[in-house]
Amino acid sequence: MKMGKLIVKDKDIVVPGEELAEGMDYLPAEGAFRKDDKVIASYLGLVNINGRLIKIIPLSGRYVAKKGDTIIGEITDINFGGWQVDVGSSYNANLSIKDATSDFINKGSDLTQYYTFGDTIVANITNVIRNKIVDLTMRGPGLKKIPGGRIISIKPSKVPRVIGKQGTMISMIKEKTGCKIIVGQNGRVWISGDGPKQEKLAFDVIKLIEENAHVDGLTDKVKKYLEDIKL
Amino acid sequence: MTYTKRVDNRKFDEPRKMEAKVGVIDRADGSAMFKIGDTIAVAAVYGPRELYPRFLQDSEKGILKCTYDMLSFSVPERKRPGPNRRSVEISLVTEKALLPALDLKNYANTVIDVFIEIIQANAGTRCAGICAASLALADAGLPMKGLVSAISVGKVGDKVVVDLNKEEEDYEDGSTDIPIAMLLPDEKITLLQLDGNIKKEEFLKALEYGKKTCSEIYNVQVKALKDKYKK
Repeated sequence: MKMGKLIVKDKDIVVPGEELAEGMDYLPAEGAFRKDDKVIASYLGLVNINGRLIKIIPLSGRYVAKKGDTIIGEITDINFGGWQVDVGSSYNANLSIKDATSDFINKGSDLTQYYTFGDTIVANITNVIRNKIVDLTMRGPGLKKIPGGRIISIKPSKVPRVIGKQGTMISMIKEKTGCKIIVGQNGRVWISGDGPKQEKLAFDVIKLIEENAHVDGLTDKVKKYLEDIKL
Repeated sequence: MTYTKRVDNRKFDEPRKMEAKVGVIDRADGSAMFKIGDTIAVAAVYGPRELYPRFLQDSEKGILKCTYDMLSFSVPERKRPGPNRRSVEISLVTEKALLPALDLKNYANTVIDVFIEIIQANAGTRCAGICAASLALADAGLPMKGLVSAISVGKVGDKVVVDLNKEEEDYEDGSTDIPIAMLLPDEKITLLQLDGNIKKEEFLKALEYGKKTCSEIYNVQVKALKDKYKK
């Protein structure tokens, strides 16, 4: 049998419909599909080749909920079973009464005394069914209602860069600006600092990281940027 | 009388100058501008987001909704703002031209809104609109089988030509306008309309010209998408 041929390189940018590889040796993973004996890209993104598997990492688009992610959401609705939360994906997430707090909530009690419309919460995704039904939990360390501060949105694909390896980047920003920062996997970042000046600096730095996410040695660049600006 | 030389000195199978730009609207999930000659179209994509009223939802796949509109200053004589018979028809054919490219089975109960605005019109607006919309959909990170490219071909006097401008469309001896949209790289026709009279041989020749020009447009589109992320 003839060996398959790879047409693209690792980390190439591909567009929908672009041919990635020829032959049955290569297997389409997330973001790719097979047509005849070819592997075709299905959305705009970066190629990731792992052995025989070809995967596309999306560069744009809405957040896709994943089990285990910690996200920042906003309460949009309250119904019998719990709360509806906007997490920035295509569908609203559900936060049920039993996962909402460690307190016991009486059946039929007024749920607004726990979380009300417009409240911002940090929650964990416990279950995702066919990318449509998303369940949240608020039981766990660091999962809470967050008061005050400001929320900024970045692209979900850039979140790992903002956090850095083992959280180096984000802890550096926290240290230099003195702000409290929470980064949600859905691309929402909560910033709360001593004053608007510090918050603005944290905002600028996070936007800088988002714009230069592909640059090598970003940590040093950001460090320099933070040192140059004196508060 | 025969049509020997085109009004803007182009060859008979030469389209006007094309330009494409992706990501022109920050607040949209995906956006693009497509310019061909003096015709400029801007498209914005919002979604996938949950569709209301609920009876319009499809629980098996997502729905595409296109809105085509010409701005009042886009034509020499002021166009009355708002939808009219013509724009409703073009919205519908655009939707049908784009749908074969999209794969919406993972987006049940949602809608993808596409808004196409013609900011300057000089013939071929529906084709420019389709090109811009297909770029905007790809920019929104949606799974697609390929990109849709569109061009109008036709007959002016007794000659088969590509990409008619307004002057040629209003040619005194009569002209025929055939908008074609193609899903590339599959080379499948998704839109074909005809306004005027044409012989079979001439039609086949026009179709051939159309296919050739669509692949030229496809290259412009691919370049525009890749340029957004290339640094």
